[in-house]
Amino acid sequence: MSHSADAVSHADAHAHHEESFWRKYVFSIDHKVIGIQYAITSLLFLFFGFCLMMLMRWQLAFPYEPIPLIGSLLSESMAPGGIMSPEFYNSLGAMHGTIMVFLGVVPLAVGAFGNFVVPLQIGAPDMAFPKLNMSSYWVYAAGGVVMLASFFAPGGAANSGWTSYPPLSDIATTGQTMWLLGMVLLITSSLLGSVNFIVTIIQLRAPGMTWMRLPFFVWAQLVTAFLLLLAFPPLEAAGVLQLMDRLAGTSFFLPTGLVVSGEALSVSGGGSPLLWQHLFWFLAHPEVYVLILPAMGIVAEIIANNTRRPLFGYRSLVFSTIFLGFMSFIVWAHHMFLTGMGTSISTFFQTTTMIISVPSVVILSALFLSLWGGSIRFTTPMLFALGFLPMFGIGGLTGLPLGLSATDIPLHDTYYVIGHFHYVVAPGTILALFAGIYYWFPKATGRKMNDRLGKLHFWGTITFMNVIFMPMFIQGLAGVSRRLYDGGAQYAHAAPVLEWNVVMSIGAWALAIAQIPFFINFFRSMFKGEKVKDGNTWEATTLEWSAAPSPPIAHGNFETVPSVYRGPYEYSAPGFPQGYAPQNAPEKA
Amino acid sequence: MDIPYTVDARPDTGMYNAKLGIWLFLASEVMLFGALFSSYILLRVAAPEWPRGASILSVPLATLNTMLLISSSVTMVMSWASLKMKKFGAYRVYLGLTLLFGLGFLIVKSFEYGAKFSHHLYPGDSTFMAIYFTLTGLHVLHVLGGMIVNAYLWGPGAKMWKTAPEQFTNRVEVAGLYWHFVDLVWIFLFPVLYLL
Amino acid sequence: MSDSHTHDVSKHVRSYVLVFAALAVLTIVTVWVASFEFTVGAAVAVALIIATFKGSLVASFFMHLVSEKKAIYWLLALTAIFFVVLIFLPLGAMLDHQGTPNVP
Ligand code: HEM
Ligand SMILES: [Cu+2]
Repeated sequence: MSHSADAVSHADAHAHHEESFWRKYVFSIDHKVIGIQYAITSLLFLFFGFCLMMLMRWQLAFPYEPIPLIGSLLSESMAPGGIMSPEFYNSLGAMHGTIMVFLGVVPLAVGAFGNFVVPLQIGAPDMAFPKLNMSSYWVYAAGGVVMLASFFAPGGAANSGWTSYPPLSDIATTGQTMWLLGMVLLITSSLLGSVNFIVTIIQLRAPGMTWMRLPFFVWAQLVTAFLLLLAFPPLEAAGVLQLMDRLAGTSFFLPTGLVVSGEALSVSGGGSPLLWQHLFWFLAHPEVYVLILPAMGIVAEIIANNTRRPLFGYRSLVFSTIFLGFMSFIVWAHHMFLTGMGTSISTFFQTTTMIISVPSVVILSALFLSLWGGSIRFTTPMLFALGFLPMFGIGGLTGLPLGLSATDIPLHDTYYVIGHFHYVVAPGTILALFAGIYYWFPKATGRKMNDRLGKLHFWGTITFMNVIFMPMFIQGLAGVSRRLYDGGAQYAHAAPVLEWNVVMSIGAWALAIAQIPFFINFFRSMFKGEKVKDGNTWEATTLEWSAAPSPPIAHGNFETVPSVYRGPYEYSAPGFPQGYAPQNAPEKA
Repeated sequence: MDIPYTVDARPDTGMYNAKLGIWLFLASEVMLFGALFSSYILLRVAAPEWPRGASILSVPLATLNTMLLISSSVTMVMSWASLKMKKFGAYRVYLGLTLLFGLGFLIVKSFEYGAKFSHHLYPGDSTFMAIYFTLTGLHVLHVLGGMIVNAYLWGPGAKMWKTAPEQFTNRVEVAGLYWHFVDLVWIFLFPVLYLL
Repeated sequence: MSDSHTHDVSKHVRSYVLVFAALAVLTIVTVWVASFEFTVGAAVAVALIIATFKGSLVASFFMHLVSEKKAIYWLLALTAIFFVVLIFLPLGAMLDHQGTPNVP
């Protein structure tokens, strides 16, 4: 008897390869699980960053009035008597920016979508280094914990803006030290991830998956990974230098003769605040492409799939993306026109900035032209993808005046800048990320999200995003500065545009309400959503849909290694039974 | 399904995964130290005066350390070559030497730091001292990291030679690439900090 | 692994020893040269030339870049470009400064 029981359990172990709960869901090395871990964590952080902003918007719309409901819950230093303190306002601003960028959008766009989709799209069983992949996630999580914990540090969280410019940041409260430690962790996580992505894409492509057959999303992730790999280390170095300034008393960023609150600072001096700005923006300009390229990749996939046509100018998309990635390393000082740079260097950076706008326009135009003559299916992901195009267009075009020093000088550090980059990252990237969630949700769960709730979510989101961000241009052009504790109430020149603050704040809170259908949809569909019949819900040509079941097999994705016979978007292929040609379908008989 | 090309090279790229991986990592390290060197140059050019390294730091100790690191580099590459020639015993000896040279480097370095502190020279004293401590400190961390990996490959990790010799040889190669890079960084740090 | 491969490696061993000797000699040279009273510019140039030479020996032979794959050359070329950008553009921006020259 014991013999047979043994045999059975043995066979069992082979059949299911039972894993413990921890190995399966927590310390998993399966790229799909890690992708979902990234997705959930980063969505929570996006929500948290958004909550910080909703709080701030109260102070901007109704300065010096006690915050209703929440005000009494905040500590005495954050909001004495329920009225937001200026220090807390600054913390909220700095942490909103940091969390949205480094803990929200990047991990969602790269960690979640990249991790989940890239190996599937190239026909690989997993990422090249599964354990490294797991550690990327946990280092990211640790960075997030440090950032969150910093709210409880004496003096509150970092409050020198997401840019952390010294000398202010060098002498700021403990929260800034934690910010730096958190950033070092987050950058390390991105570096580990980027190595993994590049190796995966170069080495693990399935047989027949040549470079020009890669889905555009994979190209976008590849270029993004290079940006992470080569642009992030300088900020890591700068972070270490700033830590030395704060902890070991060095003066890397402290100039000689600095006076703080009427007293000369007792440091050796001789440092350069501008050095930080250079190192920061060396990272942070490529960073904005890290925020946008994966979004473009998602949108391209969805557009091809829902117009049922090949993408317009696939090759020009690919080459534009590579060129854009390259150029993004030599435009950074367009953020520094006001630091007294001479005309030759300014001209250099203006010129490169104008050059880099060309590939961006090529990409956007190609995506627009892909719509031409297609029989568009207005699915929920497609609506979000379509919404992305004009929103990103507004964001991009309003950026041009910021790239020319003559026009940047009056616009720099005004709400115009805030409006510009939010059009890129919020109605732009965030819409694309939602599109991606609706598109790949059935892949991850085997169930579709509800269409009606999805459409409700879309219209609410795009409407209120514009209500929030459009007035920022108006305020900015009137000269209202960013990072103002009272939203400009004490400035005469802001008076004519001040009432927009109330409009924007109501827009922000309404945007929160517009997310309710998404929450309901997300959780309900996980359990009750319409089941995906044959893995390929969207009748897609790319491997993640055409070669793998939904959800794909744990540890390995595919039953057998897929072979690839053609490019990614052959949606009009007469002669194939369904009218489209999956990448892994052999020539028709 | 197993992950392909963990041991053998992919035919069209000619590399196994970890080889590409370590070079990518080293590329990012180049940018990390690039930013630090850039900071050094910028601060030095802007400074009204700059001490000659030799007037504050000990050139003999640093020369000794340079010798130790380049020795460790040659023993490292020899340990890999020994595995290629299937001489496991020689591998152990060479890698052991690499570890000892690395340890020697750290000991000399700690004497150097100790001497600075006993003369009350701290990072906060001047931009020069700040650069000196930060750059060498980060480099020491890299040495430590490399030694941990090497110690693992010398000790418990070496069991793999019996089960998967080719993969083990690859691991040693990858660890070696990292170790040589750490040596390479020092080759630049030495003149920049001590001689100029 | 075939015999010819083993043979290859043993040939390499000689070059490793030679490289080691060259590195040791160059270390002595760079220390010795530094004792001359050069101008700062000349001293920097000499020291960096020697260091670059030593560095390329390590990279070419110990890291066997002399016989590496194309992808790695491309990667390193790309990195080298951005490295140069990172070193020189901030410096250029500081030197081409309005108002207060040389004050960062
Ligand atoms: C969707 C809802 C969002 C709203 C209502 C919002 C609103 C705002 C506002 C009003 C500011 C200016 C604060 C000030 O100047 O004092 C701001 C700053 C900022 N936001 Fe957002 N934002 C949103 C989403 C995002 C996203 C998705 C990102 C990034 C991916 C982001 C990144 C930033 C950054 C980097 C700053 C600058 C912080 C600083 O001044 O240091 N925001 N946001
Ligand atoms: Cu920029």
